Amino acid sequence: MRLTGAEITIQCLQEEGVEFVFGYPGGAVLYIYDALFNQDKVKHILVRHEQAALHAADAYARASGRTGVALVTSGPGVTNAVTGIATAYMDSIPMVIISGQVPTPAIGLDAFQEVDTVGITRPCVKHNFLVKHVDELASTIKKAFYVAASGRPGPVLVDIPKDVSQHIAEFVYPKSVSMRSYNPVTKGHSGQIKKAVQMLMEARRPMIYVGGGVILGNAAEQLTKLVRDLGFPCTNTLMGLGAYPGTDPQFVGMLGMHGTYEANLAMQHCDVLLAVGARFDDRVIGNPQHFFSENRRIIHVDIDPSSISKRVRVDVPIVGNVADVLEEMQKLVNAATARPDATALKDWWKQIGEWRGRDCLRYDRTSNLIKPQYVIEKLYEVTGGDAIVTSDVGQHQMWAAQYYKFDKPRRWLNSGGLGTMGFGLPAAMGAQMAFPEATVACVTGEASIQMCIQELSTCKQYHLPVKIVNLNNRYLGMVRQWQQILHGNRYSESYMDALPDFVKLAESYGHVGVRIENPADVEPALREAFALKDRVVFMDFMTDQTENVFPMVKAGQGLTEMLLGAEDL
Amino acid sequence: MRHILSLLLENEAGALSRVAGLFSARGYNIESLTVAPTEDPTLSRMTIVTSGSEEVIEQITKQLNKLIDVVKVFDLNEGNYIERELMLVKVRAEGKDREELKRTADIFRGRIIDVTDRTYTIELTGPRDKLDAFLDAIDRSQILETVRTGASGIGRGEWVLRV
Ligand SMILES: Cc1cc2nc3c(=O)[nH]c(=O)nc-3n(C[C@H](O)[C@H](O)[C@H](O)COP(=O)(O)OP(=O)(O)OC[C@H]3O[C@@H](n4cnc5c(N)ncnc54)[C@H](O)[C@@H]3O)c2cc1C
Ligand SMILES: Cc1ncc(C[n+]2csc(CCOP(=O)(O)OP(=O)(O)O)c2C)c(N)n1
Ligand SMILES: [Mg+2]
Repeated sequence: MRLTGAEITIQCLQEEGVEFVFGYPGGAVLYIYDALFNQDKVKHILVRHEQAALHAADAYARASGRTGVALVTSGPGVTNAVTGIATAYMDSIPMVIISGQVPTPAIGLDAFQEVDTVGITRPCVKHNFLVKHVDELASTIKKAFYVAASGRPGPVLVDIPKDVSQHIAEFVYPKSVSMRSYNPVTKGHSGQIKKAVQMLMEARRPMIYVGGGVILGNAAEQLTKLVRDLGFPCTNTLMGLGAYPGTDPQFVGMLGMHGTYEANLAMQHCDVLLAVGARFDDRVIGNPQHFFSENRRIIHVDIDPSSISKRVRVDVPIVGNVADVLEEMQKLVNAATARPDATALKDWWKQIGEWRGRDCLRYDRTSNLIKPQYVIEKLYEVTGGDAIVTSDVGQHQMWAAQYYKFDKPRRWLNSGGLGTMGFGLPAAMGAQMAFPEATVACVTGEASIQMCIQELSTCKQYHLPVKIVNLNNRYLGMVRQWQQILHGNRYSESYMDALPDFVKLAESYGHVGVRIENPADVEPALREAFALKDRVVFMDFMTDQTENVFPMVKAGQGLTEMLLGAEDL
Repeated sequence: MRHILSLLLENEAGALSRVAGLFSARGYNIESLTVAPTEDPTLSRMTIVTSGSEEVIEQITKQLNKLIDVVKVFDLNEGNYIERELMLVKVRAEGKDREELKRTADIFRGRIIDVTDRTYTIELTGPRDKLDAFLDAIDRSQILETVRTGASGIGRGEWVLRV
């Protein structure tokens, strides 16, 4: 079959079973848009800004586990997309980005809307390609999908010059790919796994620390079984929330900068630590020197060797896919005659119980101002704990992570690694596209939401009834909190004046808007909003302006040196 | 510590910038980097001289391996190896200096490859220290220009780095 490059591109997407492409047209991709027009298998979602196309495709991938696809034009299309590409890269999300480029003879001549796309995106993609000839197009796209989704996932960009999309070639979609330079591992080293299980059996104060890798690797089930069989305490990172059920008694909460007292203390004082698909981020272990001051043996399971012993030296490295490694561990645990010392484990749980007794997530429930924590608790109740929750970046993100208990993976979608304000709303769209029947809530702040507010229009066009929970504190709250705690109350540029009337704004886009000013109105407003199944509802909660996120580990401090409340300031 | 890393990479446009970009983005030291295609035109061989603690070198190796265009990475310091660098030096050679410079070049097994009334161009190969020693042995003020390729390295004996 002889096709143009543009037709080949769309055929490849069809072959990959791509349902949705999130994109924005322009000169360099006109042939590709023409090819899209002539078919109806791949549905295109027209966003209002390329950043949103990337976030929506990214969240589609996070929610569904499939590869997200975005399509942008050359020059400004690509530069607008970069934030979204970097966001996906930092959180290891499988995506394929197709970008238009100026025609090959014009490359390097400062042509109209030319940028060095491969150069600009190189540090924030897993890999990228410039397709110089139409004959290489199909095999390159095949490789892109393979690389994006295998091993440690990530975004892969394919840059297609306009003339390549116009030229004609024989279309053959390769059945498989093999690349001599890229062979991701799956099975872990069995000797190491044996050693690890033995170490777990000898533990007196064990701890299991679970990250986004368990969600990316679809291993929540295997993990949950293993943790329950062992009876050990388990914590999730911000990216791992939902990998181990948030309502389970063995769950000690999120750990890290805004983790729970019990999770951080258990992390510090355990004698054997099993880290699974987590990368010892600086927001997780605090000051590394302080973390090392305690002796513990560490087992680390990760598919990416470079994640292992990067910031923390480990005793038993296991390079492999989480699901495979956990299954092999489970077999050994089942077969093992030795069991962890029951008395020691009981004492350890008793200790953890005492730490839990500090009730570090308590807050003032008698205030006549709306407490943001309360809104999230009610959101949890009203949605039966079963919504897909996206978030932006700031205090509201941390409260959502702390107070919405995620029992299932792929329900909590947020930008952890890059911390991208503007992620929340387009992410909600992507999740709603993946699951049209699901309840999707976007927890945001009045500053973050304005970074991609234009997407309210996309929600209207595609009937995406997402619910926006705006925790409106009239502050760049997280910035204000740091300024209060670390910069002597000098609130430099963290107050935002002249906010829009979000109710009218929502209405002008054709949605429902409500403002909530009293604690008593929080629950009824949420109930009403979520009852409106087919509408976007923008809930503008006027929250306590000066509320802070606790616990908090200040940058540079040790994990256990937590501020637990206003009394610690 | 100084390490010499040997790489095989796809001979693709952009492969070099991925490696160079990795070093600058992650703040790794780079003393020299040389690259050229091998007998198999689809593959390039690269030698990178870098330095850092064992942890840093381990990360560098892992990060290089992660690049999709990189086929193999080997740290030559893990075995015995030979290191060679080529240097071309143009020196002011006048009067009695001409004889002296020629003698020094001979001692270092250098060759004079171009001559004018007032200059010599000397070609020298060897490990880095030998080239440094040569530059130290002649009068600095005589040096007009030096061009060095950076080190190339290869393992000793039967051991080979190939796909
Ligand atoms: C305002 C703000 C505050 C924050 N505070 C906190 C906090 O208090 N606590 C916290 O935890 N985080 C916090 N973060 C997030 C933090 O910055 C990191 O993004 C996060 O901790 C990283 O999570 P992770 O270790 O689970 O790694 P991820 O980024 O999810 O990485 C996943 C790891 O799993 C590996 N992997 C992927 N697939 C597989 C597979 N199939 N098999 C095996 N391994 C696999 C990858 O190689 C990688 O090493 C905060 C972020 C922001 C913006
Ligand atoms: C694109 C971008 N710019 C700047 C920041 C730094 N930043 C982190 S949180 C924050 C404030 C967010 O304010 P808001 O959305 O109102 O949330 P709040 O913290 O008040 O809940 C800022 C500016 C960022 N994370 N992303
Ligand atoms: Mg705010």
